[in-house]
Amino acid sequence: MIRTENVYFTYPSGVSALQGVSVEIGDGEFVAIMGENGAGKTTLIKHFNGLLKPERGEVFVDGRNTKESSVAELSRDVGLVFQNADHQLFCETVEEEVSFGLRNFGFGDKVVKKRVDWALELLDLRRYQKRSPFMLSGGERKRVALASVLAWNPKVVVLDEPTTGQDHGQKERLSQFVRQLNAQGRTVILVTHDIEFVAECSPRVILMSRGRIIADGPAKEILTNSKLVTEASLIVPQITQLFMMLGDLGLPGDVIDIYEAKRLINDFVGG
Amino acid sequence: MKALEGMRFKRTSSPMHRLDPRVKFVVSCAVFLLGVMFTELLPLIVLLTSQLFLVYFARVHKEWLQSLRGSLVLVAVIFLTNLIVGYASAGFRLTSNVLTYSVSMALRFVTLVASFSVFFLTTSPDDLGLALERSHFPYEFSFAFTTAVRFVPVLADEAQTIIDAQRSRGLEVEKGSFVKRIRNYLPILIPLIVNAIRRSLELAEAMESRAFGAKKHRTNLFVLKIKAADYIALAVVLVVLAVSIYIRLYVHIPVIAIPMF
Repeated sequence: MIRTENVYFTYPSGVSALQGVSVEIGDGEFVAIMGENGAGKTTLIKHFNGLLKPERGEVFVDGRNTKESSVAELSRDVGLVFQNADHQLFCETVEEEVSFGLRNFGFGDKVVKKRVDWALELLDLRRYQKRSPFMLSGGERKRVALASVLAWNPKVVVLDEPTTGQDHGQKERLSQFVRQLNAQGRTVILVTHDIEFVAECSPRVILMSRGRIIADGPAKEILTNSKLVTEASLIVPQITQLFMMLGDLGLPGDVIDIYEAKRLINDFVGG
Repeated sequence: MKALEGMRFKRTSSPMHRLDPRVKFVVSCAVFLLGVMFTELLPLIVLLTSQLFLVYFARVHKEWLQSLRGSLVLVAVIFLTNLIVGYASAGFRLTSNVLTYSVSMALRFVTLVASFSVFFLTTSPDDLGLALERSHFPYEFSFAFTTAVRFVPVLADEAQTIIDAQRSRGLEVEKGSFVKRIRNYLPILIPLIVNAIRRSLELAEAMESRAFGAKKHRTNLFVLKIKAADYIALAVVLVVLAVSIYIRLYVHIPVIAIPMF
């Protein structure tokens, strides 16, 4: 469980990125953190594995205060996948790249091999095993980065902007994949602007703006509140927009799921 | 890093900022020359004091002090080296002369750092590029130079992100033996270099698509012009330089000695 208590954080440049953030993320939860550029989303998740320590307030990961634990210790449980894969790839082969974290955490050769095989299989990277990560496409590099974190099987997986630069097919697969990770009992935390993607996954949504949390609740409730969504510089999902426009016909305005929408329209037309 | 911070341009307005970059460069070079010319304590103190006025005039005292603080280690090294060598050559006796000379040398270094710190703090990379261009440097050189200066903060940010990403994968830079520690920097250096190369290629393409080098003679939106204030500054510097050379050659400089206890 991750718990932050009234966390404040200011960068050396004087930018005050977090201003009193208190939030609790339970084991096995599926959470999307959303908000405008500079809202403090990335700053917040960097507190989850101790990369940043709160200037005021406390952060606890499974009861451990992050101020008293090293980044390596915390990362064992909280795996952070950065936005840009190019900021972490450095090995000669995809295989070595995926084993880097495992070796840092001191796993034995046998376990490393097993975990690497498992992660490569999971992300459909088998055929690139012996290739240089630098020769892969953008989407594939992102998958290598993801595999390199999932390999040590952290309890919490944090993904920073996983959908940027991905085509629709890749997004679809990613959405399935994240839900699968969550279904297996892992806590999944997404940081994203992509409201359609979030609407499809329908997790708990934490909305941030200017270093504060302005809303926290189920996706269906938060994403259909146009006032809140606008405050975080986002636009409500298209399907919700459509249903809001159809409000005169007596259709509900809080729809984010396409299948639910289809059923409602069918009922309306048929009945 | 701190020392470099004190060399980074600060965008404020002051009479010093408005001075022509070429004139400012002449001023810095003159101070450098004066610093090298004298080894006595008195003129060096005078020179450093005059720098203080210049810094105050340019309103960059905070950053300037930072660059000095960053160079303190080197100042200490220079002081101690002079002191030890002097001590040894004076027959292993610490004399007032040796002490005074060591202090002068340390002070001289501070003066040199200070003069160029003022120059870089008050001259924007753009102005610097323009000045190089006007001084008939090939444009490719001045462009490369200003681009390099401009990308320093970008690179520093990127390095921080890479360090964060690798620490999140369990990398502990400070752990292990000496050799292991050096090896620990590979996961940081490789992405940094690869990204820098990739960015430079992208930059080259962006420049080509905006017709870089299409015409031999470029025109600029902003043109450097020497103003009255620049002439005055230049005149003052030349007079000071001339007088100093005269003093150096023909006037006996009163000796201040640091007394021994």
